[in-house]
Amino acid sequence: MPTIQFRLNGTPTAVDTHPDQTLLDVLRGRLGITSPHLGCGAGECGACHVMVDGRAMASCDMPMWSAADRDVVTLEGLGSAEQPHPLQRAFISEQAMQCGYCVSGILISAAALLKRNPSPTESEVRAALDRNLCRCGSHNRMVRAVLRAAAETATS
Amino acid sequence: MSAPSPAPKLPPSLAANPRLSSWVKITGEGRVAISPGKVEIGQGIVTALAQIAADELEVEIGRIEMIRASTAVSPNEGVTSGSLSIQQSGRALRQVCAEVRQCFLAAASERLGVDAALLGVEDGTISGPGNVRTSYWELASEVSLDQEASVGASAKTVAKRAVAGHSVQRIDIPDKVFARPRFIHDSELPDLVHGRVLRPVLPGAKLRMLDEATVRSIFGLISVVRDGSFAGVVADSETSAEAALKALRRGATWSAGEPLPDENNLAGFLRSQPVETTIIDTRAAATTRATRTLRRQYTRPYIAHASIAPSCAMAQWDGDRVHVWTHSQGVYLLRADLAIVLKLPAENIVVEHMESAGCYGHNAADDVALDAVLLAKAAGGRPVRVQWSRHDEMCHAPFGAAMAIEIEADLDTENEIVGWRHAIWSNGHAARPGRATQPALLAASELANSYPRMISTNPPAANGGGGDRNSVPLYDFPAWTITSYRLLAMPVRTSALRTLGAQGNVFAIESLLDEIATLRGEDPIAFRLRHLRDERAKDVIRAVARRAGWKPARQPGIGYGVGFARYKNTGAYCAAIAEVEGSDDIRVRRLTLAVDVGEAINPDGVVNQIEGGAIQATSWVLKERVRFDRTRITSTSWTDYPILAFSEVPAVDIEIIQRPEIEPVGAGEAAHGPVTAAIANAVHDCLGVRVRDLPITRDRIIAAMELAS
Repeated sequence: MPTIQFRLNGTPTAVDTHPDQTLLDVLRGRLGITSPHLGCGAGECGACHVMVDGRAMASCDMPMWSAADRDVVTLEGLGSAEQPHPLQRAFISEQAMQCGYCVSGILISAAALLKRNPSPTESEVRAALDRNLCRCGSHNRMVRAVLRAAAETATS
Repeated sequence: MSAPSPAPKLPPSLAANPRLSSWVKITGEGRVAISPGKVEIGQGIVTALAQIAADELEVEIGRIEMIRASTAVSPNEGVTSGSLSIQQSGRALRQVCAEVRQCFLAAASERLGVDAALLGVEDGTISGPGNVRTSYWELASEVSLDQEASVGASAKTVAKRAVAGHSVQRIDIPDKVFARPRFIHDSELPDLVHGRVLRPVLPGAKLRMLDEATVRSIFGLISVVRDGSFAGVVADSETSAEAALKALRRGATWSAGEPLPDENNLAGFLRSQPVETTIIDTRAAATTRATRTLRRQYTRPYIAHASIAPSCAMAQWDGDRVHVWTHSQGVYLLRADLAIVLKLPAENIVVEHMESAGCYGHNAADDVALDAVLLAKAAGGRPVRVQWSRHDEMCHAPFGAAMAIEIEADLDTENEIVGWRHAIWSNGHAARPGRATQPALLAASELANSYPRMISTNPPAANGGGGDRNSVPLYDFPAWTITSYRLLAMPVRTSALRTLGAQGNVFAIESLLDEIATLRGEDPIAFRLRHLRDERAKDVIRAVARRAGWKPARQPGIGYGVGFARYKNTGAYCAAIAEVEGSDDIRVRRLTLAVDVGEAINPDGVVNQIEGGAIQATSWVLKERVRFDRTRITSTSWTDYPILAFSEVPAVDIEIIQRPEIEPVGAGEAAHGPVTAAIANAVHDCLGVRVRDLPITRDRIIAAMELAS
């Protein structure tokens, strides 16, 4: 099996894997990265979103060959309890979830948005999260949390 | 002579599990373990219960460790459903923790030589006059909680509660934001292997032949399991298990399945089946003569749970004992069904809860647990994790039952209601495990020695009913008859989905009320207030009207509608006003709600639950409908079963009427019925047509317009 190299949360990483294996399977099954969640396996729900070269992408239908040499960031790489990303702080402040299964993918989509647009409007936030499904109905809290994180970043 | 006051009684959950130590343990230095029988299903219950315990024990909430429910250690509190966890678990814990505090105060009094009445507790430290002090942890070895609860202990008065009744941050959220594994899907066990189950595309199809040869060559395969129509694979990784399942599918030959009804004539199907008939309620015959009768039929489709996570479970055998990890709503109930299928005493089975994605009723959590148990038999003692596919989740898990509801309203010359007949045709709304002599689990109906598929039934009226939930009006109509027709055939598998029949019944009642108010030229809010006697009901309606500025001035393309219900007629009061816009496509712009749950333990948690319920109901109303042809379920992906997306979600504004002196009730299901009705009524206000078949889609609106013209 070929070795495929990529950067995972800033660390050079190499995996021996079939090139058609999905990035999600490699992250969860081989590398112990549990934050991207399987929801549908068809790129339709966003629960498995990771950032690839700064863009939020579904990892459940992304073959490893297309992840080669790219920069992959998961929720594990976004921040930590000691050094939280503004979005992580804001999601706690707004209590922006019910079950939280979709949250990791949503934080990634939001982080990708703030990277390319640090001061989004509410409708830009909603548009950026449209590929992420939430079944519990926590959408508005999440949108408020993203706007809060953007505002905090702008003033800091 | 006054009647003697009734003897004080333990809350039911506590009477069933009276041992104090099964609920509370004073553990290691500075920690307290609280062990409820209810489980976290994304509703924040664990935090609300911790608040209650923190208050009564007088410890900081941060000291409390909430123990996940397990049949090995937890009190048996049945199922986490029906918005009852605060009522049941919350009341029991309040009583238990009050008594535990008293036990420790008595022990402290003895040790310190100070009257217990002079001692106080602050964050677990007990102190009194003369600077004497001790703590729960110092006294832990002297105070045995292995005793039964008494009725004597009294919980704090409302005014003295410092934590319950105030918004606190949920204790599970930091883990979920910082990627610390908390879900069953993310949990690692030593030597964990992976299983997948092969399910037919046609529901009810039997497995005729299975060619296992091609599967055997799959790298990483551990075993192939077949028992009747149940078949699955175990492999050393998820990737291998998926590959093996694919090969197994290619080698499978199935019989035809069972025929499905016509999805375009649900009412015709529901009203033509053999039924069990129950008169739910009657009120004296009308004395005023009706001059006309309005007859209206309302329908609701089958609705999918459609949780974001596919169902998942783990199981591990050790001889004739098995340990199961599950996101079931009822660990003891699941254990009872597993015991029947496995023909084992319940003591040989431990069922332990772990979190999954949001649970809105009886989904596939219990089914996948049996799948894991069966596959783990072929794993040589290693734990097996089984996860369903999105496809199976959307077609083999139970659905919320479709309903046809007909109401006849007798009107007098003033168009006042003088008689009311409400009839419901629906499958039962509950086929949960652990409640019958036969199992309710999917694989049990697939094994060679199979059990018949359980036909869903309805909970009794005392538990809020099922298809008939919320069918008895809260309004003061002089006469009514409410009849439930429960189907005895079940071609589409149904069981409990959030609100059971309440969403359909409230939609029907509140739609017709709106229609009659319009007929009378009376404001729909004034009309409702005039027919209600319950002040709490009127308060939520008045509050929502005030908050939404009822009724805003007319604008073209915009409509407003109201809906009200008291969930189960005994639970939370909720009134909703919807603002919609559209021509033939409807968008919900804003929902305003007022709710009364009695004492709101975690007000922000109540707002979160009501808001979530309101948004989920909007999704049901505008988009959701399980699709099928005559042989198979066809809505098996998010493309075929769309739900509300971020850009379609309305603004939601909520007012809580806090009543700390009234026993709390749950909030999780209060909003669905009122929001459904409010949207339907707003659509009429906006477009002038009544859509009586859910979901309210473009096609339905156009059909209603054609019918009206």
